[in-house]
Amino acid sequence: MYTEKVMDHFKNPRNVGEIEDANGVGQVGNAKCGDIMKIFLKIDDKDMIEDVKFLTFGCGSAIASSSMATELIKGKHIDEAVTLTNKAVIEALGGLPKVKVHCSVLAEQAVKSALYDYAQKSGKVIAGIEDYKPDEDVHDHDDEQL
Amino acid sequence: MRQVYLDNAATTMVHKEVIETMNEYYGNLYGNPSSIYDFGQTAKKAINTARETISSVINANPDEVYFTGGGSESDNWAIKGVMAANSKKGNHIITTKIEHHAVLHTCEYLAKNGYEVTYLDVDSDGLISLKELEEAIKENTVLISIMFANNEIGTIQSVKEIGEIAKKHGVLFHTDAVQAFGHVPIDVKEMNIDLLSASAHKIHGPKGVGMLYIRKGVRIDNLIHGGAQESKKRAGTENVPGICGFGKAAEIALETMNDKMITISTLRDKFLKEIPERIENVKLNGHPTQRLPGNVNFSFEFIEGESLLLYLDMEGIAASSGSACTSGALDPSHVLMAIGLPHEIAHGSLRLSLSEFNTEEDVDYTIEKLIGVVDRLRQMSPLYTRRK
Repeated sequence: MYTEKVMDHFKNPRNVGEIEDANGVGQVGNAKCGDIMKIFLKIDDKDMIEDVKFLTFGCGSAIASSSMATELIKGKHIDEAVTLTNKAVIEALGGLPKVKVHCSVLAEQAVKSALYDYAQKSGKVIAGIEDYKPDEDVHDHDDEQL
Repeated sequence: MRQVYLDNAATTMVHKEVIETMNEYYGNLYGNPSSIYDFGQTAKKAINTARETISSVINANPDEVYFTGGGSESDNWAIKGVMAANSKKGNHIITTKIEHHAVLHTCEYLAKNGYEVTYLDVDSDGLISLKELEEAIKENTVLISIMFANNEIGTIQSVKEIGEIAKKHGVLFHTDAVQAFGHVPIDVKEMNIDLLSASAHKIHGPKGVGMLYIRKGVRIDNLIHGGAQESKKRAGTENVPGICGFGKAAEIALETMNDKMITISTLRDKFLKEIPERIENVKLNGHPTQRLPGNVNFSFEFIEGESLLLYLDMEGIAASSGSACTSGALDPSHVLMAIGLPHEIAHGSLRLSLSEFNTEEDVDYTIEKLIGVVDRLRQMSPLYTRRK
């Protein structure tokens, strides 16, 4: 059902946990749907993502997507991190079952949400999330694309 | 690595004796039961022996047992067949919100085609209200279809009382007994059951074979039209090896039922006692006592069922969950919703279903592994307040 890469990130998730002095935190999803992702960012004064951690309530692919998303943005500049797409997460995982695509959407949104929080707190403008509304329910299962 | 199979409500390991019986009928005794020569008549005798054994499990007469392709076919036949044959009486069916999909989707199909269906609620233990059942019966009610025991939470309905109500009001009573047949005592006469579905592979028999008990005198249309097999009620050359395997499995189930009810429920009760003692924030799903001997169902707060299953699988433990993610659906199991669980608690459910092949060591091993796996997932969960 899952690729080896998904199982690897599920069995040995990277970057699990919290960052106490995080300067960007984002949470998306809801328990009703069965998945919640929370991402913690530690961004340095050059706007580089120095550290990233996640906490996820969800299925195997939700955990693997979170883990992969954190790997893909770790050490990156915020302008690059903000361009992370769910497709990139799926590709890096070697594919996800169609019914699990929303997990990758959630991972993308969790990263954007955390970056938005950083932008708000630091007063910076990050291209690509000026219009981001963290309160909107991003967990729309109909809005998924492969 | 240790392998612990705890998904016996999904399917069971086939008994060695059952395989031996089946091999005979795949091998030398391959005749068609409809043929008049010896080859055929040997096969015919064999399926009738199986029919006798299976009828004795539920105290029915052998000619009231009809072989089918499995539990789902039996449910479909019972409901569609009875409603079609009794259209002069009415078009109303009463069922429950916790039925197996073989019953629920059949009722939904009939509802789309003009039939009227009442879905009874259940309480937090999974029991229907007998009062609500009686109140739901109307002039045009033809059939009550209520499962004997639930496949997810193990709750056993008050079947005898349901049968009494049905009889009192002249309504037919079908019960999906797929999870109960051969596991707990069933007496169709004493319980006033008119139709009963059962399946071989839940009692250490083969897959793809089941039966429908139809009380003599019940009007029912045929589902599979064709030849004269099964008293012209269910056409198609009989699955002789499957039926004989079913018969053998039923024979063993009947002989050992009383002992197994004790040994299996002892293991179940060990789970029911130790899991809440050793893991915090857990909730038992299903009735505390009126439940199948082999059924254990808990919700673990703050975590999701599919992750739990996959981590248990890594420890060699095979189990099941009512989480949406395990089925590809967005909502968790309809059964867990019907007993009133909030979505997030339903997503974290785990069903462990035991058989005679499980041991106390299996239970100890599973509890030990479960403690670690639940903790690991909770440490990853944003819903859980971490304790350092």
